Amino acid sequence: MSDTARSPDRTCPLPLPHHDRIVLGHGSGGRLTADLVDRLFKPRLENPVLREGDDAAVVPAGALAESGEVALSTDAHIVRPLFFPGGDIGRLSICGTVNDLAMVGARPAWIAAAFIIEEGFATEDLDRIVRSAAAAAREAGVTVIAGDTKVAERGAVDGLFITTTGVGLVPTGRRSARANRVEPGDAVLVSGPLGDHGIAVLAARGDLALQTTIESDTAPLNGLVEALYASGAAVHALRDPTRGGAAAALNELAGASGVCVVIEEERVPVRREVAAACEILGFDPLHVANEGRLLAFVPEADVDRTLAAFHAQPYGAAACRIGRVEATPAGRVLLETGIGGTRIVDMPSGELLPRIC
Amino acid sequence: MKHLTEYRDGALVRRVLDDITRESTRPAVLMEVCGGQTHSFVRSGLDRMLPETITLVHGPGCPVCVTPLEVVDRALALARRPEVIFTSFGDMLRVPGTDGDLFSVRAAGGDVRVVYSPLDAVTIAAENPDREVVFFAIGFETTAPANAMSVAEAKRQGLPNYSVLVSHACVPGAMRAILGDSHNRVQAFLAAGHVCAVMGYHEYPPIAREFEVPIVVTGFEPVDLAHGVLTAVRQLESGRAEVENAYGRVVSEVGNVEAQVLINEVFELGDRVWRGIGMIPASGLHLRDAYRDFDACARFDVGAVHSEESARCIAGEILQGRRKPTDCAAFGTECTPENPLGATMVSSEGACAAYYRYERGPVCAGRVP
Repeated sequence: MSDTARSPDRTCPLPLPHHDRIVLGHGSGGRLTADLVDRLFKPRLENPVLREGDDAAVVPAGALAESGEVALSTDAHIVRPLFFPGGDIGRLSICGTVNDLAMVGARPAWIAAAFIIEEGFATEDLDRIVRSAAAAAREAGVTVIAGDTKVAERGAVDGLFITTTGVGLVPTGRRSARANRVEPGDAVLVSGPLGDHGIAVLAARGDLALQTTIESDTAPLNGLVEALYASGAAVHALRDPTRGGAAAALNELAGASGVCVVIEEERVPVRREVAAACEILGFDPLHVANEGRLLAFVPEADVDRTLAAFHAQPYGAAACRIGRVEATPAGRVLLETGIGGTRIVDMPSGELLPRIC
Repeated sequence: MKHLTEYRDGALVRRVLDDITRESTRPAVLMEVCGGQTHSFVRSGLDRMLPETITLVHGPGCPVCVTPLEVVDRALALARRPEVIFTSFGDMLRVPGTDGDLFSVRAAGGDVRVVYSPLDAVTIAAENPDREVVFFAIGFETTAPANAMSVAEAKRQGLPNYSVLVSHACVPGAMRAILGDSHNRVQAFLAAGHVCAVMGYHEYPPIAREFEVPIVVTGFEPVDLAHGVLTAVRQLESGRAEVENAYGRVVSEVGNVEAQVLINEVFELGDRVWRGIGMIPASGLHLRDAYRDFDACARFDVGAVHSEESARCIAGEILQGRRKPTDCAAFGTECTPENPLGATMVSSEGACAAYYRYERGPVCAGRVP
């Protein structure tokens, strides 16, 4: 067990692989691949299972047997630019899968990650990304126990793609949170301001001449979910509003549960800078992506304890209630506007496109 | 944002709505000219808060919607050429031509790029001297100055590889066409505030007089829109037909003279085809002879373009205020933003898209039975 106590930061005195750029040979399965895995990936993601070096990660079945349910999720990560204010593709790839597992009420346990790297990619950038992924995994308390590396010819990949697959365990006795368990009478809560990630990434692309101080919210939310369950609240459904924003997430849940979700526009938290960027571009903040926020559906009676639990957590300090659930019209998301009108909140259609004028 | 939130003040909107309800005694059909106003009405729910006496119909002021299908087809043909970098405002990429849209051209290997300003397209031309850069110069008087500036700038820099596919529309001609039509129902206009910010509103008094309709220059926020409606209702109730400015914080009578000079330097007024409506005299901008070299249609032979509109789309009637999106049998069934029959379902300013996004079906929540 002493191995697990070794900090990854102290286990990487090894210099980086000799090449300062990734070459096709790094994906050939030969010596260069072994060099990259041994010198870069393993020291950063250090854990006993990964170190075994088998074709498949082997973990004791005990943890599985002791759980009520097992959750499995997979996610492919493509983001441009790879580094953006508040995060990078490494952190994003771990948080994305951790959060998907946490959103059903599972405790994320293990992650497998595949890196598809473009020929010519800077080894130093890869190192930064793997370190960032490792830091996110440590923060979330998950271990990366399996991995794969492929190198694609220049132009076949936009820098780096990462896919992550995770396994999470729902503790015995815990009722998992599910898309179809939203009930009329539930309250809708959000863990923080919406739209930070989407606007931060858009601004970081640089082709908007949009200068903002907005940082992506990319963060692991399993701590928030554990705090929520610990509060004793009856958790009906959770969802992290990533691509498609809160609008897509709310529509999916309204559809799956056959209920009507009513959001009060004035309660929806949006940072001033994000709201301003959305005004300029013609975006609806409800359509903009988040990577470190969750929507929670709990019975009205549990709102106070839910908010208290969220507010005690670093990623839930600005949590608030934004709406309620009613019976009809089933499958709809409605917005009560700031001036007292009502409209539907639709799924975003295709890519968000800035308007003409 | 401060200057926006003030004009989204719910209490103030309700006060103006109360005035409208009290003062509006007879049925009135109002047309908001600009698609941005349509979306703001529907998005805030203000359209459904107006008294029943008032019917809003939605005008032709959506640049994407009125761009003729032939022009979209020409854009697709240009974008497919291997030597061309086709640049466009993002909104145009989803607009269906006869055979696909710019997104599908991009997916098939065409170099189609979204720009946020026409000057970005000029920069791309300067950086890619071995490629031909075409910019899709569409829009109303609002985008005309920037589009004109891009052509003037390309000329100044002597860029031989920059050209524009022009489809510019002007509002006053369209207002005349709508009012002059035998099926017209519009009794008052809420004129497009942003167009007037550029052009002023000195072109409108002759229209108001000739057709005896009130024309109220109106902004885009709920308070602005409600104020515009109230101003129009007051004119109708008292039998007046004048031009009034209800968007004084942005619009002056003469408008932005510098921008007008730039437009006139590069473009000249001429007849124009509006998608769904047809030819309207003196309602479009075309490149002047001195800038003809920058005309993409003259530079490239795109061959004969065969365009075919969907027979089931009633966008033309919607754009003239004769029918509403929900009057269309295809609305929300055959025609959706994912599979649009016409441009009004695509554009972020299109009336059909506004109805689809914000008020399709029941919008009244019910408690647990």
